[in-house]
Amino acid sequence: MSTKEKTWWGVAGVAIVLYALFPIAWIVSLSFKAPSALNNGNFLPGAPTWENYSLILTGGASDLFLPALRNSFGICLIATAISCLLAMFAAYAIARLDFPGKKFILGTALAVAIFPVISIVTPLFNLWRNIGLYDTWPGLIIPYLSLTLPISIWTMSAFFREIPWEMEQAAQVDGATTWQAFRKVIVPLAAPGVFTTAIIAFFIAWNDFVYGISLTSTEQARPVPAALGLFSGASQFEDPTGAIAAAAVIVTIPVIVLVLLFQRRIVAGLTNGAVKG
Amino acid sequence: MASIEMKNIVKKYGDGFPAVNDVSLDIDEGEFMILVGPSGCGKSTLLRMIVGLEDITSGDMVIGGTRVNDKAPRERNLSMVFQNYALYPHLTVFENIAFPLRLAKVDDGEVQRRVNEAADVLELHEHLERKPANLSGGQRQRVAMGRAIVRQAEAFLFDEPLSNLDAKLRGQMRTEISRLQRRLGITTVYVTHDQTEAMTLGDRVCVLRKGKIQQVASPRELYEQPVNLFVAGFIGSPPMNFLPAQLEGSRLTTPFGDIDLDERRAAAVAGRDLLLVGIRPEYFEDASLVDEAKRPLGSVFTARVDVTEWLGDSQFAYIPYEAPDEIRTQLRELSKELDSEELRTQAIVSIDATSRIREGRDAEFWLDSRKVHVFDPTTGDNLTRDADAGAELTRLAAEDRVEQVQSAEGEGISAA
Amino acid sequence: MSTTTLPPTEKTQPVSAPDATTSDRAKSERKLGWLLAGPALAVMLLVTAYPIAQAVYDSLFDFRLTDPDNRSFTGLSNYGVILSDWLWWRSLLVTGFITLVTVAVELVLGFALAMVMAKALSTIRPVLRAAILIPYAVITVVSAFAWQFAFDIQTGFVNSWFGWVPGIGEDTDWFGGTWTSLLVICLAEIWKTTPFISLLLLAGLAQVPEVLQEAAKVDGASWWQRMRKVTLPNMKAAIMVALLFRTLDAFRVFDSIFIMTGGANATESVSFLAYRQTISRLEIGLGSAVSVLLFLAVVFIAMSFIKGFKVDLSQSRGEG
Repeated sequence: MSTKEKTWWGVAGVAIVLYALFPIAWIVSLSFKAPSALNNGNFLPGAPTWENYSLILTGGASDLFLPALRNSFGICLIATAISCLLAMFAAYAIARLDFPGKKFILGTALAVAIFPVISIVTPLFNLWRNIGLYDTWPGLIIPYLSLTLPISIWTMSAFFREIPWEMEQAAQVDGATTWQAFRKVIVPLAAPGVFTTAIIAFFIAWNDFVYGISLTSTEQARPVPAALGLFSGASQFEDPTGAIAAAAVIVTIPVIVLVLLFQRRIVAGLTNGAVKG
Repeated sequence: MASIEMKNIVKKYGDGFPAVNDVSLDIDEGEFMILVGPSGCGKSTLLRMIVGLEDITSGDMVIGGTRVNDKAPRERNLSMVFQNYALYPHLTVFENIAFPLRLAKVDDGEVQRRVNEAADVLELHEHLERKPANLSGGQRQRVAMGRAIVRQAEAFLFDEPLSNLDAKLRGQMRTEISRLQRRLGITTVYVTHDQTEAMTLGDRVCVLRKGKIQQVASPRELYEQPVNLFVAGFIGSPPMNFLPAQLEGSRLTTPFGDIDLDERRAAAVAGRDLLLVGIRPEYFEDASLVDEAKRPLGSVFTARVDVTEWLGDSQFAYIPYEAPDEIRTQLRELSKELDSEELRTQAIVSIDATSRIREGRDAEFWLDSRKVHVFDPTTGDNLTRDADAGAELTRLAAEDRVEQVQSAEGEGISAA
Repeated sequence: MSTTTLPPTEKTQPVSAPDATTSDRAKSERKLGWLLAGPALAVMLLVTAYPIAQAVYDSLFDFRLTDPDNRSFTGLSNYGVILSDWLWWRSLLVTGFITLVTVAVELVLGFALAMVMAKALSTIRPVLRAAILIPYAVITVVSAFAWQFAFDIQTGFVNSWFGWVPGIGEDTDWFGGTWTSLLVICLAEIWKTTPFISLLLLAGLAQVPEVLQEAAKVDGASWWQRMRKVTLPNMKAAIMVALLFRTLDAFRVFDSIFIMTGGANATESVSFLAYRQTISRLEIGLGSAVSVLLFLAVVFIAMSFIKGFKVDLSQSRGEG
């Protein structure tokens, strides 16, 4: 590559970083604006203030935001854990064992992945009310599985297919029992795939809005995105913009941390699951 | 160290296809046995049955006097080098080699000592703390060998261990394996499709075809007294030439002139009509370079050379010939079975490097008719095989081996 | 590496009758397979097949939660009501418009991003990768708020920054009309989901061997010809998978519309219509019918992709 070309690709790279970060920078900037500065039409806050953060963390909006944050973490972690566990067994069977129905399971996962969420919400809304799951943690965890389980199965099967299963046999020849071969050889090889899958599943659960807003009504189970969506509707704030921006920044921090720490794996997970020749 | 005996071993898969069909083979203590054959001949399956990674459909597998059919791999105490080495990617080289010892709960000091010993033998010291992914192909191969020799296994099993290396490295590792086996004097079963490995490494070579044993013998016997067309065609490089021949009395008429058979061979082929003559490339010579004294022992013919290949120390000439359709089909099938792609009927002839024979010209060749074999074109059997001479060759090889192992022990180098 | 074809290695059962073992083993493997994969399959079916069946059933009734006692079977009349209502067709058009615009732009933009990432020096590649993952990982609601606030007539900076563009001024109300609202919605969607497409395309790009490019160069192909005749045909599988997933995803658009316009100014999507019927108006019967129609539309799109473009998902997913 010539220097000129290099410069151009460099410029393009900078453009990508700007593209990706600009809206985030904007919402961060907004979250530091004082109420008086909100409508000044500037990008930067001018005189930054923690006012919005104290409003949602300790002030008037905290009883709306903090329970939602707790709900989101709890529900997403449990849903991720369950779907990873189920997907682990299924992916092991798909990658390792020979049995009819493999294609059917993968096909079902695919069908569920493209399923319109709203079509599930309608009947669940009614059913949950009848059996008392409306506005509870389980009432969200169960439908979240429809979001996280299919992608977990796909991603993990793709990872597990890459495991050199021959290792298990080598270990047996080396004197390992079936259990030892599994624990000492297969588990360390499979762990990164399971971990990556968990991150992706968590992202998806964390992102949910439709279930959150349809199947909850109070801070008992309402997750952050739904709470954010309702901030504007709540009349206790004059102008909710600053509070929303601060809350948006807080819910974005965990995913950005995960992205920065595990970007290579996440990319491998996303693309492994989807396109592999 | 133990002997391995196989009695009527059969392996059938779900669809009833016998991958290994009634194989009986005895491997002596300390012997280096090669299983060789084209792809799909069942050699790897047989090896995996020895080590216990594959169920035995019927027959007995006896290792060191004990029937092991129902034993798990770990109870058989064998070590194996896999084709793609099967190194544990999450462990360092040291831990890879130490893996069998760790499983056997050998104490730390002993592990240290034995891994270092193996690393000495294989010159792996500077790599002990690296991960397999950062090693070259040859280094990985040595780590896999290290894992095999680190414990006192009853036998070594190799599954095409050199097929992933480039030609030069393969040659080096071949001599390395040979030296190691002689030094440790350990029973070894080695699967390969490469006949150079088969010929150079094995005390005895077992040639398999479609799950059945064709011949078990020393490399020399296989080369000089093959039992059939398949073995004759498989062993030797460049391969043996098969020419159609018409029998009249004790005289064979071939595209390359007439060949007179001696009494023994004439009697063996008597009463037949169409035959196949097997002639190795080196039985030919540029007629102008043959001693007058030697000349009468063979026959001289003239043929047009298609292509010559001069290699410095040797030279090959390719001579096309015509063959009847049925022979042509037969030869094409044979070459397909031997994993090669024979496009035309041509003889490959080895001539002296100084020969001035040139492409596209007629030239005179001399053919040593004392060593030709005659095959039945329908059954493929070698009609002129001298079983006694063959057995003598294998007996001599066995004597050599005993001598080598004893001298290795005499030097005081014993198993690690 | 194809390691999936290795035969099983469990050594627990002793070998007895020769012929029975192979089938026994196959049987036990089949059993184990279903035992391990069964729960996941059951859960997936339970959380989707059951609700959609229930929705189909509910859609045949005139059923309001505000008036649960007057539930009556009305057959397909709910569907009749919906299909003869302009609201349904308008929301379908809005959904189709958003899908078409976002997927088309994302494909081009995503390809450009993938090209830059493929060419980027290895030192800055991790930076680009992390950057591009951020929009993917940020929740849709946050992205919708960020874009809404940016364009908002009061809090936004867009009007003051782009005041020099004809037609944009201090008083431009982006959320005051259908087209401008849809434009901002599309922008937010594009920003959020282009990274996913570009990562898939990057993976596809990586599968086109460099040596093909070199061969085409030697054969005298220009940059554009190499792209069109060598790179793109070899990425077909990746492109199709990305297209299929994004199209179906875009067709379900809901979050951004809810946040930005609340469905005002004729920006309601099909998902939003179903939500409003069921959750806000508690019209279970009508809402279910909309859900079923949306479901059928998604199935139709998926089918036409798989049949029409011959997207072989099993192959592109590395099956076999």
